[in-house]
Amino acid sequence: MSAISMVLVIIVAFLAGVEGILDEFQFHQPLVACTLIGLATGHLGEAIVLGGSLQLIALGWANIGAAVAPDAALASVASAIILVLGGQGVKGIGAAIAIAIPLAVAGLFLTMLVRTISVPIVHIMDAAAKEGKIKTIEFWQWVAICLQGLRIAIPAAALLVIPASQVSGALNAMPAWLTEGMSIGGGMVVAVGYAMVINMMATREVWPFFIIGFVIAALSQLTLIALGSLGVALALIYLKLSKGSGTGNNGGTNTGDPLDDILNDY
Amino acid sequence: MTENKVTLSKKDRLSVCWRSTFIQGSWNYERMQNGGWCYAIIPAIKKLYKSKEDRSAALERHLEFFNTHPYIASPIMGVTLALEEDRANGAAVDDVAIQGVKVGMMGPLAGIGDPVFWFTIRPMLGALGASLALGGSILGPIIFFVAWNIIRWAFMWYTQEFGYRAGSKITEDMTGGLLQDVTKGASIMGMFVLGALVERWVNIKFAPVVSKAKLAKGAYIEWDKLPKGAAGIKEALTQYSSGLSLSPEKVTTLQANLDALIPGLTALLLTLGCMWLLKKKVSPIVIILGLFIVGIVGHVIGLL
Repeated sequence: MSAISMVLVIIVAFLAGVEGILDEFQFHQPLVACTLIGLATGHLGEAIVLGGSLQLIALGWANIGAAVAPDAALASVASAIILVLGGQGVKGIGAAIAIAIPLAVAGLFLTMLVRTISVPIVHIMDAAAKEGKIKTIEFWQWVAICLQGLRIAIPAAALLVIPASQVSGALNAMPAWLTEGMSIGGGMVVAVGYAMVINMMATREVWPFFIIGFVIAALSQLTLIALGSLGVALALIYLKLSKGSGTGNNGGTNTGDPLDDILNDY
Repeated sequence: MTENKVTLSKKDRLSVCWRSTFIQGSWNYERMQNGGWCYAIIPAIKKLYKSKEDRSAALERHLEFFNTHPYIASPIMGVTLALEEDRANGAAVDDVAIQGVKVGMMGPLAGIGDPVFWFTIRPMLGALGASLALGGSILGPIIFFVAWNIIRWAFMWYTQEFGYRAGSKITEDMTGGLLQDVTKGASIMGMFVLGALVERWVNIKFAPVVSKAKLAKGAYIEWDKLPKGAAGIKEALTQYSSGLSLSPEKVTTLQANLDALIPGLTALLLTLGCMWLLKKKVSPIVIILGLFIVGIVGHVIGLL
């Protein structure tokens, strides 16, 4: 790998680390991070496919309240680097994903570490606020942000230092039953993300919409855009109907009960 | 005091909005988003307060505990800007009022940000981008990135402006029907799309062969009776497209049987199983690692 590629990869890793905490531009999402690393190293094709596969696994990963989600930033950056170094092309994706998952867990501990280090940082801000030192507060805000960037950039740099032959050697040493089994596992792991999301959103009222979506998806001609539009339409119709009884029939005898209204009309 | 009234220009508000991008930058276990919030509001403090004492008091005021969904911070920021502006112009807005508005809004509003952004828009854009990316198309990541950031920035800027104009009245406006409608609409749409995603993207296939039935003569291609060379290939393709089987045996796997019942049934059961485990407080990481082990073991014994 050329020096320029290595620098670019470390920059991407830094951005992914920063975004892992900010959650704004989404540089830490596998779709974006893997693609950028592919672009930096000239392995765009397989990196995009890796990004897509990892994205499906990471769809439901979000930090909500006390629930801790695996760290997408380290998972996508490290697995993309391993994919590129391994040099197996698209065939290496299954193994790269399998490696990404434990890394997502490791990333979790790193981000907890940085969030703890940020406690003394805000105490420095407190002291600066007492003095009215605006510049100092701004400086320490950026120190905290950079720490989050380094959280991913340092492991990425370490991976780059390992010679490519060693990575591909280790990957080739993995027997077929292991890599194939891991790809099968990868196909199932997607369900965990969905389950997390469903647990957050599901109420008795919205379950029927899940069933409709599940059944309709079997029609393979429907694209995801079509399915999304159907979802929007259903939500709008439901919202309108669920409070429609008040505005729907202004027939004078409006009691708020549609059945009663109909009976009264007779 | 009223003659030289200080107001925040559009440029100031844009600057605050941009800086609130970094609100989670110094996220910490003690006061969470406080450093980022203070960092974001600094341009307004600079504009509104000139003396060192006033600035110092304002900075300390905005280093108090704060935590909400990062994008939802924008409408709250808008309201806070309006309050700070009033205060700088001599209105009796005390520290407690400002902190009260911030804390009062962050809880209920975070409840809307999570389902809308993390559980509806991101999974949908992510699945759309991923499905394009799996085909190797660069459009996948580009669409995901561009669409997300347009939505995010538009939301942050317009809700901050809305909060700024509405001032403290926003709390009443937002707790009305609109807030509930948006949350419910997002969860309806989210559940619908999730149902579709479970069917499409959860992959689990049972390999065992249930039955092997000999097909009747004429229902399969008789390879040894085809003409030689290109004519043979043509004949084979014609027969195949007219519905003849490639082999003289019809192999039915367990998966084919399940699919005939309900396509994606196994995926659904797997998802429900994961939900149950999560409800039992099993860590998602344990489930993920467990599924990899199931995949490997299942493959080795020939089940998957």
